[in-house]
Amino acid sequence: MSKWKSITGAQAVAEAMRQINPDVVAAYPITPQTPIVEQFASFVANGIVDTEMIPVESEHSAMSCTVGASAAGARAMCATASQGLALMWEVVAAVPGLRLPIVMPIVNRALSAPINIHCDHSDSMGATTIGWIQIYSENAQEAYENTLLAIRLAEHKDVLLPVMVMQDGFIISHGVENVEIFDDDAVRKFVGERNPDRYLLDVDHPYTIGPLALPDYYFEIKRQQEEAMQNALKVYLEVGDELSKISGHKYPYFEEYKTEDAEVVIVVLSSTAGTAKDAVDELREEGKKVGLIKPILFRPFPYKEMRKALEKFKAIGVLDRSIAFGAYAPLYTEVRNALFESENKPKLQSYVYGLGGKDIFKSDIKKVFEELLSGNVNPEEQRYIRLRG
Amino acid sequence: MSEKKGWKELMRGSDLPPASSLEYKTGSWRTLRPIWDPDKCTHCMFCVAYCPDMAIPVKVTEEGVKGFGGRVYKGTVRLETNFDYCKGCGICAEECPTHAIKMVREEEAAKASK
Repeated sequence: MSKWKSITGAQAVAEAMRQINPDVVAAYPITPQTPIVEQFASFVANGIVDTEMIPVESEHSAMSCTVGASAAGARAMCATASQGLALMWEVVAAVPGLRLPIVMPIVNRALSAPINIHCDHSDSMGATTIGWIQIYSENAQEAYENTLLAIRLAEHKDVLLPVMVMQDGFIISHGVENVEIFDDDAVRKFVGERNPDRYLLDVDHPYTIGPLALPDYYFEIKRQQEEAMQNALKVYLEVGDELSKISGHKYPYFEEYKTEDAEVVIVVLSSTAGTAKDAVDELREEGKKVGLIKPILFRPFPYKEMRKALEKFKAIGVLDRSIAFGAYAPLYTEVRNALFESENKPKLQSYVYGLGGKDIFKSDIKKVFEELLSGNVNPEEQRYIRLRG
Repeated sequence: MSEKKGWKELMRGSDLPPASSLEYKTGSWRTLRPIWDPDKCTHCMFCVAYCPDMAIPVKVTEEGVKGFGGRVYKGTVRLETNFDYCKGCGICAEECPTHAIKMVREEEAAKASK
C-alpha cells in the first residue's frame, strides 16, 4: 500500500533513498541539500536501512568515496548542491568516463559569487556537457519518483552512466507537500539489487579501471560514452513504463500542459512550471490559447521529440533560471537547436528569471504570455524578468 | 602493440584486462642504471620497499647469501634489479643505508660490462 506523507522535497528524496537502500552513501552537508542526508542519516542510525553511511570532510572526498564504492560493486549514492558540486567537480567529471551508475540528487542553488543560498540552476547547468544524465523535477513528488527511476536508468546495461536528479532549492527542498510514497515492497522489487557485470571486489575476475588513455584510445572511449547517452533516451522511457505500473504516473521526456490548441507556450524547468500552470489556467479562463512545456529529461536532450512538440506554436517563450554568460541561456539554446530543422519555426523569446532565488510570480508569467501573444518578441534578445533597471 | 581496436570493440569505458602493465616494459626509459654491489648489501629491503616499479625481485633462502662485512644473510634477500622495468629513478641508491647502489650513466654501464 502506498502512503501519503506531508514532507519536504528533501525528505521525499530521502524516502526514495530509504526504499532504494543503497550499499553506500557518502555525502557532505550543504545548504539546501543538507536535509536529504540529515533525514537519511537518521534512517541509518535507526537501522531502517543497511547502508554504510560515510561522513567525509568535503564534497571532493564525498564523490571520491562514492566512486570507490561504486567501482567496488556497491550501489552508491551521494547528494549535493551548488558549491558542493563545484568542489567535487574534478571527480564528478570522471564518473561518466568510468561508467559508474551513481545517482546523485542535486538541490539547485545559485553559485557564488556573490555568495547566495537560494535557488537558481547555475550549479547543474554548469554540468551539462560532461556526461551525466540530468532529470529536473517540478515538485517533491516528482523528485521522489525521478530518484527511483534514475537508479534503474543509471544501472541499465546499455547506459551505465551517472544521473543527477534536480529539485529547486528551498522552494521544493524545504516546502512541505503531500507526497505519495509507494508501497515499500513494490518499489524494492522495482529498484532490485545492483547487478554489475564486473566489479573490483570480484577477485576471481580482476580487471583494470581508470587507466591512462592517450591520443590512441581516449577519443574511442569518449565515443562509447556518447553511445550510452543516446541509449539513455530509449531506456528512460522503458524504465518509466515499468515505474508507471506502480505509480500510475507517466514519465515523458517533457510534460505538455494544455498545449493541444495552444498558440503560444512557455518552456520552463522545475518548480516554476507549477506557477506557470496556474497562469495558464487563468489565461485559459479568459479564452487565451496558452500552454506550457516542462522539460524533464535535460541530458540527453530529446531534440526530435521537442521539435515535433514545439513547431506547431506561433510563439514560444523560454524561461531560464541561469545565465550562460556570453551565450544564449541553456534551456533557450536547446529549444533553438531543436527547432533548427523545422520548416515553420515559431517566434522565440528568451527570458532569464529568478537568479539567486529572486521570486517569480504568476503575474510575471502572465506578462510573458501577453508579450508572446502580442508578437513583441526578438529571438536574439535576452530579456530579464523582475530585474530592477 | 597489435592493431588498435575501434570504439565498438573496446571494453566498456577505459576498463582493461588485468595486469596488462606487465607487457609495458618501462626499462627503455632509463638513462641511469643502478649498479648493485652485493658485497656491501645487508638485504635490509629498503630498496625493495621504496622501488616505485617493484623492479627489485626477492627470494627466500635457507643457505643464505654473502653480503656486507663478509657475513651470510639468510631469509628474504634481494636479487639483481629487473632491468625490463627499472626506470633508473635512483630512489634505491638514495635510500640504501650502506651505499651498495651507485647510479651510473647507461652508456658507461654498457661499456663497463663489455
